Amino acid sequence: MSNEKENLQIERYTPNDRSFHWATAISFILLAISGLAMFHPALFWLSNLLGGGQWTRILHPFIGLLMFGLFAILVFRFWHHNLMEPVDWQWLKQIDDVLNNREEKLPHIGRYNAGQKLLFFTLLGCMIGLLLSGLVIWRAYFSWIFPIGIIRFSALLHAFCAFILITSIIVHIYAAIWVKGSIGAMVRGKVSFGWARKHHRLWFDEIVKTPNEKQ
Amino acid sequence: MSLQSLDIKRLSATTVEPPSAREPITGTVAKLIDVTKCIGCKACQTACMEWNDLRDEVGENHGTYDNPRDMSEHSWTVMRFSEYENPNGNLEWLIRKDGCMHCEDPGCLKACPSPGAIVQYTNGIVDFHEENCIGCGYCVSGCPFDVPRISKKDNRAYKCTLCSDRVAVGQEPACVKSCPTGAIVFGTKEDMKQHAAERIIDLKSRGFDQAGLYDPAGVGGTHVMYVLHHADNPSLYHGLPNKPRISPMIGVWKGLAKPLAVASMAAAALIGFFHYTRIGPNEVSEEEEREAIEEAQASKEAHHE
Amino acid sequence: MRAPKKPLRPNQLSYWKNYRAFHVSLMKSWFGDAAQASNNWGYDYLPKLDKPYDLMQAIELMHQGKMNGYITQGFNILASAPNSKKVSEGLSKLKFLVVMDPLAVETAEFWKPHGEFNDVDPSKIQTEVFRLPTSCFAEESGSLVSSSRVLQWHWQGAEPPGEARSDIDIMSGLFLRLRSLYKTEGGKFPDPILNLTWPYAKSYSPRPEELAREFNGRALADVVDPKDATKVLVKKGEQLAGFAQLRDDGSTTSGCWIFCGSWPQTGNNMARRDNSDPTGIGQTLNWAWAWPANRRVLYNRASCDVNGKPFDPTRKLISWNGTAWTGADVPDYKADEPPENGMGPFIMTPEGVGCFFASKAMNEGPFPEHYEPFENPLGYNPLHPKNPRATSNPAARLFAGDREQLGTHEEYPHVATSYRLTEHFNYWTKHAKLNAIVQPEQFVEIGEELAKSVGVKAGDRVKVSSKRGHMVAKAVVTKRIKPLTIEGKTVQTVGLPHHWGFAGVAKPGYFVNTLTPEVGDANTQTPEFKSFLVKVEKA
Repeated sequence: MSNEKENLQIERYTPNDRSFHWATAISFILLAISGLAMFHPALFWLSNLLGGGQWTRILHPFIGLLMFGLFAILVFRFWHHNLMEPVDWQWLKQIDDVLNNREEKLPHIGRYNAGQKLLFFTLLGCMIGLLLSGLVIWRAYFSWIFPIGIIRFSALLHAFCAFILITSIIVHIYAAIWVKGSIGAMVRGKVSFGWARKHHRLWFDEIVKTPNEKQ
Repeated sequence: MSLQSLDIKRLSATTVEPPSAREPITGTVAKLIDVTKCIGCKACQTACMEWNDLRDEVGENHGTYDNPRDMSEHSWTVMRFSEYENPNGNLEWLIRKDGCMHCEDPGCLKACPSPGAIVQYTNGIVDFHEENCIGCGYCVSGCPFDVPRISKKDNRAYKCTLCSDRVAVGQEPACVKSCPTGAIVFGTKEDMKQHAAERIIDLKSRGFDQAGLYDPAGVGGTHVMYVLHHADNPSLYHGLPNKPRISPMIGVWKGLAKPLAVASMAAAALIGFFHYTRIGPNEVSEEEEREAIEEAQASKEAHHE
Repeated sequence: MRAPKKPLRPNQLSYWKNYRAFHVSLMKSWFGDAAQASNNWGYDYLPKLDKPYDLMQAIELMHQGKMNGYITQGFNILASAPNSKKVSEGLSKLKFLVVMDPLAVETAEFWKPHGEFNDVDPSKIQTEVFRLPTSCFAEESGSLVSSSRVLQWHWQGAEPPGEARSDIDIMSGLFLRLRSLYKTEGGKFPDPILNLTWPYAKSYSPRPEELAREFNGRALADVVDPKDATKVLVKKGEQLAGFAQLRDDGSTTSGCWIFCGSWPQTGNNMARRDNSDPTGIGQTLNWAWAWPANRRVLYNRASCDVNGKPFDPTRKLISWNGTAWTGADVPDYKADEPPENGMGPFIMTPEGVGCFFASKAMNEGPFPEHYEPFENPLGYNPLHPKNPRATSNPAARLFAGDREQLGTHEEYPHVATSYRLTEHFNYWTKHAKLNAIVQPEQFVEIGEELAKSVGVKAGDRVKVSSKRGHMVAKAVVTKRIKPLTIEGKTVQTVGLPHHWGFAGVAKPGYFVNTLTPEVGDANTQTPEFKSFLVKVEKA
């Protein structure tokens, strides 16, 4: 373990990167809890965690706006790392090697792998869908503006985007747990040389060529 | 609100069967509104406010006889006035009492996420239990008739209760009692359909060939029905839906989507768990660390030169 | 006093021939022992009419400064009388005005500015106004007489609020004080006031039951059968059973002869609540009591042919059974009169029949005629286009200055009519929250063609003016009002629901009577509320 600590030499995420990520994550958790409470009767008991049914309904859209704002900041910070490149498609073709820990067979990739990039765009699409549909179904302030057909469609779209989002985040969290060192990256901000070289060779190459350690 | 728990047929946001041992022998109740006898006097609106202790705002005139202009948390029924020039060139002043239709398959109940906020009794009455209402407005999307109204003050949904409290003690709803022409009558659904049939025979004998009963099958029939002069075109009566049904979008959202989504999310988590316990974590070995550090140092030296 | 009508055809009843008995009994009820044969039953106590003293006459007298004071009792004169401006000016010239009403009616505040709805200058008005709140109908016992002539007794349901007192108590208070003043200070002719009977157990608070027994009437001396003086029909002091027992010799008293029989010796017939209808025809003779004599269908002899057989055997009201008229109703006829004698059903007329030719009854002449309202869209009478003097009723009364206040169709091209809504009752219900909610604000109704021509759509505000004033209100544009074609000319109609004013919980509005003309029917003086000329503009 002490070895790991000594090896944590590359800064992958600045303090602000981390804070915006965790703020987004916390608001996501609250939204997932409140949203699921209103989505499925068997999960309605989750509304107690936010102070009851009325409070759940009141807070959900406000937290939603907050999450969108925080996520937008993350998007501005990271979008240029998430553009798909030819090597990403190859990585995807070899998804079997990815899932079975045969990373040595994979092509060298940059700061983010294709899975992470796809996650990025999926989240972006879901967030926009959730924001727009959420505003339409926000009964307290905005629903009166829209025709009933739009409201019904938005309710369905909101649920669908939320489902995709939650499922994606489950995958995202699992991946963070599975690839050891990932959580450390987002908690402490640093990764080891070995982690960087193994999982994001091209990014590692760039880092070690520059005089300072920052990316 | 005052029928006891054994008289509940359906509850909102409840996945298990409510107590269903007993069913009323006389079947369900229904309120029949004979639009052909209505004179638009608003006694029903007034009686509803009196019985339910509701007082809406004293608003303004918007250029019609409709007052208040729309239903609200304080006006659970309003008269809608439409002037219709029929194909014979004669003017008909069509006046319809608007309010909850008490559907047999209530869209509001289907859409509601809060357990027990919307109740359907075995007698057919669909009631809101506002103490359980979270104010989300899903009921508004679920309703094919645009009935529920959310209060800005307490953020709960309100609508006609079919005077469930009066019916529970054997009385007719307040609007029924107050109607001076007998346009609104109340009894078992069977009796009301019989009464309507007699009215329709009479109307047809007087030139209203398309007179009929509005009891839309698309929502399983309703416990508030209309006798219309023009049953072939209900939308003449201030936009009464011709073929109302619960929107398929609501049907999917509150139907298939629920178990499918939850199952999928649970599956995703379980797949991860099983993946981890089969494949194991993805770790960087000590050797890989050493290689990486060596490469980094070599690269740094190369760079400095 | 017109002579009692003797029958003008053989065997007719002409019941007004008994007028003397009704009159004398009435005078006895007012003046008691002070009305005797020697003083012509107090005839000189009564003011004599030199002209009609109807509502518009009263307003005219006020307007001329000839009236000192006015008491309105349950009457909102400022709202209800035609030509509101003239009424307001009239009230401003009074020395005092007493308003007795359960509601805070506009009349009591005629002097107070209320923006555009009552534009007055209080500094120019010296009238002293007394507002005396009265109880409302549910807060008092009494009889309610409906248009079906049924007198139905009702019992007090609640105490009146605050300082409100019953009309009876307030009138008693005024009377007792006036009488006392006349007693001590004297006056020009105080006799009718000093000699008025006031026989109530509590002089300051007569009970409705005492008053009801008074208007039924009682015997002041034994009343005997006119055919057999030994037979006593009513003992002295007992309540009368019907108006056939009224006498013209001072032995009977009755405050209202047609109500005689409403409270006989057996008790209060108006309080009866037996709704049985034995024949199924829809007659409940033992539910309350109807004037006259509990007859439910007037002139019911006309339901039978000349032989006394009902025209419709499936709906028998009364019929002749050989010795008497009987049936589901009380016969409105002499009960033992055989049909072959030829007595007509119309027992109040001297001829016994209804009349097309109303000799001496109508001021403009005996034959039916059509006259145009004083404000009319043509300017002439289509039946007499070349006779300007026959355009409107020549016998109608116009005060000096009224003719100048009439508009012509050149200036005011549209016909206005006033009417009511189901949601309101006169000027009362704008004080009730529920009624105000279901019909909150004043509106006028115009047809689509007129709306288009003035550039107005439903919900816009319009100004409606007549020669006498203007009002501004929301417009309801309706297909229900169609243009009329009169003598080839297109005439638009403007509908004016009249329930609005500046007091109450509904949105304030103008009196529709701001627009109406102060000219009335030649016989009844009913003002021409229903047909006058206006113009409409977008406001």
